Amino acid sequence: MKRAALLLAIVAAPALGQSNQAAAPMANVQLPDAAKERDAKALMETLRCVVCQGQSIADSDAEMAGDMRSLVRERIAKGETPDRVRDWLIERYGDYVSYDPPLSGATAPLWIAPVALLVIGALVAARSFKRRRR
Amino acid sequence: MKRGLLIWVPLAVFVALAALVLYGLFRPDNTVIRSALVGKPLPNFALAPIAPGKPGLAAADMKGGVRLLNVFGSWCIPCIAEAPQLMALKERGVEIDAIAIRDTGPAVQRFLNENGDPYARIGDDPRSQVQLSLGSSGVPETFVIDAQGKIALQHVGPINANDIDDILKAVEDAK
Repeated sequence: MKRAALLLAIVAAPALGQSNQAAAPMANVQLPDAAKERDAKALMETLRCVVCQGQSIADSDAEMAGDMRSLVRERIAKGETPDRVRDWLIERYGDYVSYDPPLSGATAPLWIAPVALLVIGALVAARSFKRRRR
Repeated sequence: MKRGLLIWVPLAVFVALAALVLYGLFRPDNTVIRSALVGKPLPNFALAPIAPGKPGLAAADMKGGVRLLNVFGSWCIPCIAEAPQLMALKERGVEIDAIAIRDTGPAVQRFLNENGDPYARIGDDPRSQVQLSLGSSGVPETFVIDAQGKIALQHVGPINANDIDDILKAVEDAK
């Protein structure tokens, strides 16, 4: 009996962080239009769950992620473009919510570094080949 | 001479990278996500009532006077811890409205009976859609809405006893 109560406590404890309400209508239901569902799915994979933070809303089981998936599908079903839905969320949560960081002062090194490193590598390689030929 | 100096460049780069990584490792983890709407007007919304005898909540209700907007849920444990502080704020003359996230009427009523009722109005947000439009990422969260209907402050997490002065100051500043 005691063991059963302990087991119940272990199972129940994580559930306390969630309400016991049903998932939002479009959280786990695909859109009837296959093209729109594809757009919605692609967008969901690049949006960060604001509760679980390390996961995209497509991967997360958190209630809030479900509510965010429902929001994405409902807006795309109404004809909004994925970029507009992303911008709407960025307006509210900042760039943090998007896994597709825009080019800005803070992210410029991320985008420029690979190109710069390739150029430096090419220069070093060219110089060392030249030296060897001599 | 020039070559002699050049030899140290990779080591210097390595040390700089190691320092950056160590800084990242030991910096305290900050997982709070702030709403990007602080300083901007409260987005428009209109929510139905949820508790018996308590009106619902629309953005228009929050104009003309400083008010707190508390985002809570009867199923949220930290919200219980926060309740006495909200009651204290109400006693100090602060007007508080609320949005109940993913909740039911009977559950909200029970929550208010057990923990006190500081709210003038409570809006029903069954699928967190208004919460998402506020840039709020959990419960409880509290927004200070100024007299012009702009979001003056966002408090993430429960209001503790030592947060009350900050909230009162923000309310005073928002007048």
